[in-house]
Amino acid sequence: MSLKSYLKEKFVSKELDAQLDKIEKSVGTLGYDPWGFNAETNKIVLSLYSAVYNKYFRVQTDGIENIPANGPVLIIANHSGQLPIDGTLIGYALATRKVSPRLPRAMIERFFPTVPFLGNFLNQTGAVLGDPVNCAKMLENDEAVIVFPEGIRGSGKLYKDRYQLKRFGNGFMHLAMKYNATIVPCGVVGCEETIPAIANIKPLAKLLGIPYVPVTLPFILPAKVRLNFGQPMKFEGGDVREEEVTRRVEQVKSVISDLIDKGLSERKRLF
Amino acid sequence: MSKKQKPTVLITGAAGALAQQVINRLRDTYQIVAVDFRKQTYLSDDIPSYQINFNKRVFEDLFRKYDFDGVIHLGRITSSEETRMRRYNANVLGTQKLLELSHKYGIEKVIVLSTYHVYGANAYNPALIDETAPLKAAELTMDLIDSVELENLANIYLWKYRDLNITILRPCNIVGPGVQNTMSLLLSSKHAPVLAGFSPVMQFIHIDDMADAIVLAYEKNKSGIYNVAPEDWVSYQQALELAGCSKVPLPSIPPGLPKFLTKVMDLKIFPAFLLNYFKYPVVIDGRSFNRTFGFKVKRPLKEIFRYYREMKNPS
Repeated sequence: MSLKSYLKEKFVSKELDAQLDKIEKSVGTLGYDPWGFNAETNKIVLSLYSAVYNKYFRVQTDGIENIPANGPVLIIANHSGQLPIDGTLIGYALATRKVSPRLPRAMIERFFPTVPFLGNFLNQTGAVLGDPVNCAKMLENDEAVIVFPEGIRGSGKLYKDRYQLKRFGNGFMHLAMKYNATIVPCGVVGCEETIPAIANIKPLAKLLGIPYVPVTLPFILPAKVRLNFGQPMKFEGGDVREEEVTRRVEQVKSVISDLIDKGLSERKRLF
Repeated sequence: MSKKQKPTVLITGAAGALAQQVINRLRDTYQIVAVDFRKQTYLSDDIPSYQINFNKRVFEDLFRKYDFDGVIHLGRITSSEETRMRRYNANVLGTQKLLELSHKYGIEKVIVLSTYHVYGANAYNPALIDETAPLKAAELTMDLIDSVELENLANIYLWKYRDLNITILRPCNIVGPGVQNTMSLLLSSKHAPVLAGFSPVMQFIHIDDMADAIVLAYEKNKSGIYNVAPEDWVSYQQALELAGCSKVPLPSIPPGLPKFLTKVMDLKIFPAFLLNYFKYPVVIDGRSFNRTFGFKVKRPLKEIFRYYREMKNPS
């Protein structure tokens, strides 16, 4: 028996197996898709991640039903916490929602595919290299895609800058307009406290060829995480000036900022 | 000569398994003339077969003698066979000679077999690379320059001499009985090297399906550049498992180490210049070819790997 079959038998419940099988996903005869997603690995990871999601971070979601049941969707969220924990939590929330679950794809930093084991692991669970070509092809495929327009500016920020939104790139808006994708904004509260960094060792990061090396605790804190999803937003395509695109991006950013404020006002304590 | 009853086709790379499959499919409808740069191959009494250097003057005599209607150029010499310089001469200069003669003698259909390697393997590759993507392989490794140059030449002639109706095919890994390329040798071996922590998604096409694709491209005659790959994917390491290989992990960091090891150990089966193809995915989009030619593969991945597994453990 292969390791994968063993883990699946041991950890994947029949209910989760059946629920995930119901989600339509175009994979080939061996369960892979062109971006390296693997249906079996994903089931095992989601099963194992259940405790992290429910017990460790005790994630609370609001408005997840705002994500349409089908069609191309961009879930746009604020990024924080040095590691892409926020992406995994949003992904888990959508894959396990009661009505019309979906398996969203997270766009990851270009650095990850170069890391042995981690790059492949992320790909097999649905994460995809953050390249506009990948995003475009996935929207064509009617996928739900998680995008953090702040990129490493967001995940690498220090604790003193928590919940301050960095500059958003315009790429996601161009893709949403071109592929007529629905945008669902999401405000993530809690991940800023999971890996609080007080400094970034830039020379070491440069030496290692990675975006940042944070000075932080050697473990991940069990902060309580809130995911607030806003109302779906639609933007018409066509020949739009860049100025207007930036204005639309700012509109999405402003909604995310409000959702973060909502999450912050709702929480009673950090952990 | 029987060519007046049947159209005549020149097929290069005749010693290879793929060319022989193509010949078998075409021999009833066409008069075949087979050539190979490397060795003379006996095919059958009705198929003249030559060992010829395309850069020699006698090559033109074939065009004078047979009055070809079409050319199927499958004779690209791969890295394991010759030195870099000899490969360049054969693949690039030889192809140029072939295309020039094809134009001179009024040939109306040319198929050129290329490879997905021309796209190059690097960490930033998006998936489903289409035919408009730049060919980055030459930038990454000198050993693939001849493959990229062959493509560029075919591309120039595709636009320069439209009457040649050149179709360039960029297939994914061709595997199956008789295939002697790197991937097929790896799947055939009992112990196959892998780079620890890397298992890129790959595409495989059975040699029979590839031969069908070439015949289809020749007969439908729609010039252009096309990727050829099934809409099915598997990771390299799982492909090895399914083919019954045991995996031998090589350390993958620092990046120079596996290259050093493959050179020191003289691992011909895992050539240093192809290491990135075992690290990063090069997933091509074959939908344009499928749509244009109405092509669909008949042999699924499981069947491909079963062949390699049974080859190792004959019951």
